[in-house]
Parts: sequence; structure tokens; C-alpha cells
Amino acid sequence: MSAMDHNHVIPSIAGRGLSRRRLLRIAGTATAAAASAPLLQACGFGGGAGTSGDSEANAVSGSFDWKKHKGKTVRLLMNKHPYTDALKAHRKEFEQKTGISLAIDEFPESNYFDKLTLELRSQQGNYDAFMLGAYMVWQYGPPGYLEDLQPWMDNSSATAAEFAPDDFFPALLTAGQWNFENGAPLGGDRQWMLPWGFETNTVCYRKDVFDKLGLRPAETFDELIDIAGTITKKASSAGFGDMYGIAVRGSKEWATIHPGFMTMYSRMGLTDFELADGKLVPKMNTPEAVEFTDKWAKMVADSGPSGWTSYTWYQASSDLGAGNAAMLFDADIAAYFQNEDTPAAGKLAWHPGPKGPGGSLDTNMWIWSLGMNAASSNKEAAWWFLQWATSKEHLQYAATKEQHIDAVRKSVADSAEYKDRLSAATDFVETFEQVMPQTAIQFTPQTNFFDATTSWAGALQDIYNGAGAAATLNTLASDLEGRVNS
Amino acid sequence: MPLTAEAPPPRQDSADGASTAPLAEARRVSRRRKALRPYLLSVPAVLLCAGILYPFFLGVSYTFFDFSAQNPQPDVVGFENFATILASDEFWASARVTLLFALSATALETVLGVGVALLLNRSSLIDKLFERVLIVPLMVAPILAAIMWKLLLLPEVGWIRPIAEFFGVTGYNGTDSPVMAMVWAIVVDAWIFTPFVAIIALAGLRSLPKSPFEAASVDGASWWLTFRKLTLPMLWPYLLVAVIFRLMDNLKMFDVIFGLTSGGPGDATTTLQISAYLEAISYARYSRGLTYMFLLWALVFVISMILVKYLRRIQDRAAGV
Repeated sequence: MSAMDHNHVIPSIAGRGLSRRRLLRIAGTATAAAASAPLLQACGFGGGAGTSGDSEANAVSGSFDWKKHKGKTVRLLMNKHPYTDALKAHRKEFEQKTGISLAIDEFPESNYFDKLTLELRSQQGNYDAFMLGAYMVWQYGPPGYLEDLQPWMDNSSATAAEFAPDDFFPALLTAGQWNFENGAPLGGDRQWMLPWGFETNTVCYRKDVFDKLGLRPAETFDELIDIAGTITKKASSAGFGDMYGIAVRGSKEWATIHPGFMTMYSRMGLTDFELADGKLVPKMNTPEAVEFTDKWAKMVADSGPSGWTSYTWYQASSDLGAGNAAMLFDADIAAYFQNEDTPAAGKLAWHPGPKGPGGSLDTNMWIWSLGMNAASSNKEAAWWFLQWATSKEHLQYAATKEQHIDAVRKSVADSAEYKDRLSAATDFVETFEQVMPQTAIQFTPQTNFFDATTSWAGALQDIYNGAGAAATLNTLASDLEGRVNS
Repeated sequence: MPLTAEAPPPRQDSADGASTAPLAEARRVSRRRKALRPYLLSVPAVLLCAGILYPFFLGVSYTFFDFSAQNPQPDVVGFENFATILASDEFWASARVTLLFALSATALETVLGVGVALLLNRSSLIDKLFERVLIVPLMVAPILAAIMWKLLLLPEVGWIRPIAEFFGVTGYNGTDSPVMAMVWAIVVDAWIFTPFVAIIALAGLRSLPKSPFEAASVDGASWWLTFRKLTLPMLWPYLLVAVIFRLMDNLKMFDVIFGLTSGGPGDATTTLQISAYLEAISYARYSRGLTYMFLLWALVFVISMILVKYLRRIQDRAAGV
């Protein structure tokens, strides 16, 4: 509209009886509406996944030099965790070796991922590297928030000769690879994170309670239910007070599904989704899955803690340490940390947990990994940090001098020093070695993982509270089918 | 004294165009300044409004896209987000939970707040001490209060179970059941915010005129009759301010419920605010999350407008307008 037209229009509007106040109101609304359009661009519309072909790693040349980025600072966003404590205890070695300073911001787990999501979403590159898990790759990868680390690993000018990626347990490295197609298996030629420390899911039990009650760790799921019930009934008369049978997570969040529940679910030969004609079909409502879920909920209701629906890993493992629970089906290290300075210390033992039909020990895992921010302007220095933090040098120190377990590198896990340290925990190493060959991510990779698992946890709570398992899981599957394929 | 002697000297510039020009220019500038003054005065208000409205309209504009972490290059989808959400059972379940929580918590806080204010309106030494203690929960961040209560409510380690068992209550299970999860969320909210209502009610009570109460006392009116016919009607304009604040806040409540139950068990305490959080932050479906937030905003806006209108009418009536 020309200026002349504009001048002509305003008097004509005013002439039709519009007050000045109303005119200003209209102008204000129009201005606000117009202003929002460019801001959409500024706020991230139009971003997208980068490609590995234009990786900055390809520009790195010459011989590798740890001191190449001397004087730079790498900013880290970290979860408050024993792995981070181990890093802080060893950071001086890194700073002396490279001349790079580390600036570490730590947040508790309860709000760590909210903070990370917002940081990555802003695409400001405030942090160069951060902690994440495999499931986060499925959410952060497709929009291009993560740097592909494969080109960095492949470039000998950027990577120290001693880095040895083959030393990682293969399943852990594979867990950080994905092609971003819903339902496609993990793996491929793009590495979105490097394993740092991990947890496999096993049963930890009070051996003094088992000995006194003449029990042996369960070899089948039905045995687990029976043993949990027996302990709940007999613990008091055996002198163990109000001890209950089994602690597992129960709060309404994705993390309730992935440890013990998903491990046992997988061992029973069940899957969460199947890919059919390019679409994900929920399978948590098959007759076998319904039967398993119903049994699991009843086991918790009969032999689990009161207040189970608010149980996170913290409450579940604390109950084991405090002597309130006789078993914990959860991360092996959650129980390991209860073996010191607690009433249960020294009385804990580990077992792979019930086998599935045919002896399956399929086990789900959580991998605390390190990733690089695709929006970082300091990628080379960040890679120098990542390769050191996941190196044998740091991980051997962290696993033997600090509390950085389970080890993600075979050389560390096999070292005498590491095994010797863990020998104080009864059958910890033996259990780890038994389940490790079948430990992998048991979920179907998909971008709506957090919606699916949070809703699944909500359904599990409903069944625990008496809702029919078949009807609840049918509703869940029906709701999810639309959402995960949208 | 002749008038002519007092008369002002004739204007020298009356016949001289050149000498009148600066004065005319000054008048023109003054007129322009006068005309601009209202606009200049409104600049801070406009900037303030823009600061508030800009993010608001930006958020509203997102609701017309299919923007998510999975889809960083979104398309305009019109009202599809609204249609999908309004057609979903989850939305209506969340809306029901939101209203149930907000109305119940506000009612409980109002009743308790008035009760506490009546007890404290006696100016004894103990009352003065309690007045100071009363505001302690208001000084605690709601999320911290929720976590504190969560620990207290845990059957295995919390203090509530032994207390319940002492009074003969068996089968205590914290927030495990849908009914008790909602009850405890309301109780925790009331624990934090009842003092807010009590303080406003107490201020209202202390500003009421004494003569009607003295007259009622002389006429032998009972405490209950005085409360029903005098105290409550006269206190109502003050109380309504507290009710509006609490209701608006409770409709938007997030931290207390999320800290206590995360919206569970099942969807028993999943309010619109929690649904919005899950969509926008946990599931990174930004447009859907913002649509939830916009619908919640519309609900709060409509309810608060009705209440504010009602408050004005009450205030006008009290002022004899």
C-alpha cells in the first residue's frame, strides 16, 4: 500500500465513526500480529537436521596434538551424578594434558533433561557437550540438535590413536547410532553419542533374608512373584520387621518402564511396537503382554511398597538400602550404591533375575553417554574433551578410584583392578558378565518414545489400582497408534 | 488615572510580518507538542503492553503450526491442533481434573482462611504470635513444599502413616489411589495458600465498622447470626479478591501437583497445565503444548472476567452506587 493510499484510508476509517482509541486498538493488534511473523523465524522455525557430509571434522588436518586447543574453554551441561563427580575429580589431568579448561554446570536429574531440551531447542550453543541417553537421541537427533561424532572418530588428525572405539562394548556403541526412521533398528554409520557409563538391569537381593527364609533367587517370573509374596508374608516373623518383597519403580514417567519392567517384558519375548507397512503398531495389548502386565501390577500390589505410584529409582533403591525391601529389580548400580553406609550394606547380592521362556536373559539398559551440541561454535575443543572423557585413561581411573560403574570399555571391565574392587559386592561381576551378552536397548526406536512410555506408565498405575489390564492396554494401544504415527 | 495611561503599548509587530514569524512558529511548536503529549505519555504503557503481548501472540501463532522437535520445519495447519485436542478424551479428562482441583482447593482455602482469620481477630498475645507463624508456608516455594509433603506422605518412610495408624486408620497408601492423590494435592495446596486467604480476610475483618456489631450485640444476636448476617456480607468484597486470586492460581497450578504426583496415578491428577508441560517439554511437541496452554488461558480468562465483574458489582453495592 502506498503512502498516499495509507493517508487516504485512515481518514476514511475515522470518518466512518471510529474513535481514536478504537483505531489505536486495531493498529496495535495488527502490529502485534505482524511482529510475530519474523520472530517465528528467529525462534527456530526453519531449523533442521544437519548432514554429516559438511562436518567440521573433515576440516581438521595434520597430526593429532592434544595441545592443539590450549587456552580454550569447553562448556559442559551435566547431570548431578557419580560419573560427573569422577570427571571433576580427574579434570585437572585433562586440563594439564590439553590446556583446555572445563566449565561444568550441573543439574539434578529431575530437571536435567528439561534444561537440556530447552538449551538444545534454543540452538544458541551455550553448551558444547552434555550427558544424554539413547532414548534422547531419538528426540534430539531428528531436529539436528546433535553433532554426528562418526566423522570425528574417523579422522586420525582429530582423534588420538589410543582412542580405540572397538574397545567399547558393541551394544553400547550401537545404541548411539540411528537413521531417524521410526521403527528402524539401531545401528548405521552415524554416531550421535559416545557411551560413558551404563546400567544393566538385574535383581539385587538381601542374602541374609533369603538365607534365613531358605529362598533362592528366582529363575522364572512366576518364581519371582512367589518369592516376593513369601518374603512379604514371612519377613516380620523372621525378624525383618515390615520388610516387603520387591521394590520397582512406579511413578508416572518413562523411567518406570525401562528398567525392571522392560527387562522382564523382553525376556518374556514381548515387544513394545512392531513395524507394519511403515507404521508402528503398539503391541503392549497382545494377550501375552496383557497377562504379563497384569501379573506385574499384582506382584507390586501384593508384595511391593505402599505408595508405589510415586516411586522413582531413588525411593526404590533407598528402600533396599534402608532394609524396607528384600529385592530390587532395577539398575545394577542403583543397588551397588546401597551397599555402602546403609543398614543393608554388605548384605546385598546380585542375580541376573528371572529368565524368560527358553532361558532368555534379554536385558534393557540405560547408557549415560556424552554428546556434542550441533550448535556449538567450539566443536574441535569439545571433541578433544569427548575423546578424553570416554578414553580408557579416564574411565579406568573413574571406575577404580571413583564410582564410575558399569564400565563401558571392555578393557576396563576386564581389568583385574576393576574386578577386584567390585568383588566386595557379592556376585556383582558374575551377574554383569552373565547378562551382558544379551543386554541391549529393548525398545523400538521412535521419535515419540517419551509419550509412549509415560502413557504406558500411567496405564500400569491404573492396572495397579484395579483397572482391567486388557481394557486399559487396549485403550493405551489405540491412543498411541495415532500419536506415534502422526 | 486615565485608562489610556494604563493601556499596553501598541504591538510593534502588528504591521510587520517578519517580526511575528518566530512567535507564530513557537505557537505552532507548542501546539504540536500539546498534540503529541498524549501519545508520548502513552509510550511507556505501549512498550509495557508490547512486552506482554508480543510473547503472547507469538505463543498463539505457534498453535497454528505443527511445530515439534520431530518437525523443525513446520507447516501451517490452521485450527488442526485445536480440533485434535478438543476431540481427545485426554483434554476433557484434564479439564475436569483442573476444575475439580481448582474449585475444591479454592473452597477449602476460603473456608479455612476465614476460620483462621476469625480466630486471629482477637488481638491477644498468642494471636499476634500465630499471625507471624501463619505466613511461614507462604515463604516456602510451592515445589519445595510439594517435595517435602511427598516425603511425608511416603508410606515406607514418611510421618503421615504412623500418625494415621495412631488414630486407627489402616491401609494408608499415600497418593497411590486416584481419590487420595487428588485429596492430598488439595490438602498440600491448602497448606501453602490458606494463610494468603487468612491474611486478606483478617485485614478485611479489622477494617469493618464496629457499630453494627455493637448494635447486634445489644440486640442479643447470637455469634452465628452475627456472622451470617453481618460479618460475612460485609467481608465478602475483601474475600472475593482472595477467591479470585486463588481460583486463577489454582486453575494454572503446576508445581504442587507435579511435585507430588507427576499427574498420576494414571491421569487422576493430570491437569491442563501438566498436559501442556508433557506435550511441550517432555514430548517436545511445541505447537500442541501451546494449544493446551492457550485453551487453559481462555478458561482462566473467562472465569476471571466473570468474577471480576461480580467483584465490581459487589464493591459498587457496598459503596452505595
